[in-house]
Amino acid sequence: MPGLEDLYREIILDHYRNPRNRGELETPPALRVEGFNPLCGDEIVLYLDFDSNGGVADIRISGQGCSISQSSASMMSAAVKGKSVAEIDELTRAFKAMMSIHENTLEGAETAEPIDAPDVKLGDLEALRGVVKFPVRIKCATLAWNTLAQGIEEASA
Amino acid sequence: MAVSVDPIDGTAMKAQFPLLSREVHGKPIVYLDSAATSQKPLAVLDAMDDYYRTINSNVHRGVYMIAEEATNRMELARALVRDFIGARSSSEIIFTKNATEALNMVAQSWGRANLSAGDVVVLSHMEHHANIVPWHMLVAEIGIELRWIPLDNEGRLDLTDLDTLLNGAKVLSVTAMSNVLGTMNPVRTLTDAARKAGAISMIDGCQSVPHSATNVQELGADFLAFSGHKMCGPTGIGVLYGREDLLEAMPPFLGGGEMIRDVRLDGFTTNELPWKFEAGTPAIAEIIGLGAAVEWLNGVGMDNVRAHEIALTEYTISTLHERFGDRINIHGPSSPAERGGVFSFDFDGLHPHDISQVLDQHAVCVRAGHHCAKPLMKLLGIGATARASVYVYNDTTDIDALADALDATGAFFTL
Repeated sequence: MPGLEDLYREIILDHYRNPRNRGELETPPALRVEGFNPLCGDEIVLYLDFDSNGGVADIRISGQGCSISQSSASMMSAAVKGKSVAEIDELTRAFKAMMSIHENTLEGAETAEPIDAPDVKLGDLEALRGVVKFPVRIKCATLAWNTLAQGIEEASA
Repeated sequence: MAVSVDPIDGTAMKAQFPLLSREVHGKPIVYLDSAATSQKPLAVLDAMDDYYRTINSNVHRGVYMIAEEATNRMELARALVRDFIGARSSSEIIFTKNATEALNMVAQSWGRANLSAGDVVVLSHMEHHANIVPWHMLVAEIGIELRWIPLDNEGRLDLTDLDTLLNGAKVLSVTAMSNVLGTMNPVRTLTDAARKAGAISMIDGCQSVPHSATNVQELGADFLAFSGHKMCGPTGIGVLYGREDLLEAMPPFLGGGEMIRDVRLDGFTTNELPWKFEAGTPAIAEIIGLGAAVEWLNGVGMDNVRAHEIALTEYTISTLHERFGDRINIHGPSSPAERGGVFSFDFDGLHPHDISQVLDQHAVCVRAGHHCAKPLMKLLGIGATARASVYVYNDTTDIDALADALDATGAFFTL
């Protein structure tokens, strides 16, 4: 049985209590993009400044949500700031692969490895691995990443 | 504060609900989410099981014995529901798949036939999405106008401008009790005002019918919607009560078998009430289960159910305030007489998801989220709440367990 310590790792609580890159950026030039979790009412607002190659030069986060969605957003912002589009794409795929292990397989099938996970270091984000043991919370953890992907898509459109 | 007498023995009551004897994470379950769905007594489970084991057959068609028995059992359930809410005739009891379908039936069938562009429908700020979205759909389709009854600072309806809001309105559709705030609304005052203004009244009774005695004549309601699964019955069954003359004039909702009298190549004529609104094979086992739930609740006595919940509401509010002081904020009216046993709360500035996650580890089941009432959440200035809700089988030990688990939650997140 998964316990609370699997979900609420110390590093997650740290990002929750001391969120990184909290705030807003002036729009324009920044792009403002909103993400919602219709199940629980959580919302996240990302402000993205892009560099000339489409990479994320700066990022700020506002909105409200649970410790998992807020800490995931905080960690995401730290991980993607100053990264190129290609690097962010790899991180996003690696993170979502980590989150989808249990989304697509039944409990107990922990041997199933995601097939398309890029070989990148997730760093602090690894702390969110335990979320997959609490399927209801996976959407909390992926909200920031889905919102980021939406923003990058809007910027390149 | 005077302590109300509780007529119900919690231990004996819990013994009638098989699920309440199970454990979660190695601890006895503490079920505090009855506003979402209630647990089912053995009497209801047995009635449904008995239908499948002994009389399973389709209703209203077969001439053989078990088909007649099934039909009789189903129609007996309708009569039980009729008497439970004080309807004049079984023709006024329409079985639907849930309360949402009942509300949609009125909006779609009565609304489309009787509303045109610019007509006014009055709702309140505390409605469940099921009593908002069907009307939004008519805004898009027909161009009706929606008006909203505001709330006061304790989460009660502010009726100061009710007559102005109802001026020229065709429909008043409001909840009898908020699923978030617990507020019990003055339904008779509302339906009287609607009638005076020439509007029909539709009452969402999902939270009120399971918890207090209901009489549609006393309520003065033209329509009343409620669900079976919140009143000890099964899921998949709801009820629409409608005044007979309104139902007679209302066009059918779904077309198919059962709802017709005659079908020709060039058209059809509808069956008589209530079957005109019950197309297709009904949820027979669920209807029989709902009938058993009504009989079971009658056995307990709805006045006892209400007295029990007032006593438990007093205990809940005083216990949580005594133990947590300013750390907890319970939404809704402060007086137990004005509210039902639904407690939405903010605690320690923690997110409701995090609260309910830790409570779950202590086997305490509460809901976290917007409770399908996003306009109300916006009015309260919050995204979500944690919500504990009680029913006939809860007692003070459940509230003590909730308080202990909240204590542990606070400690976990402040370490």
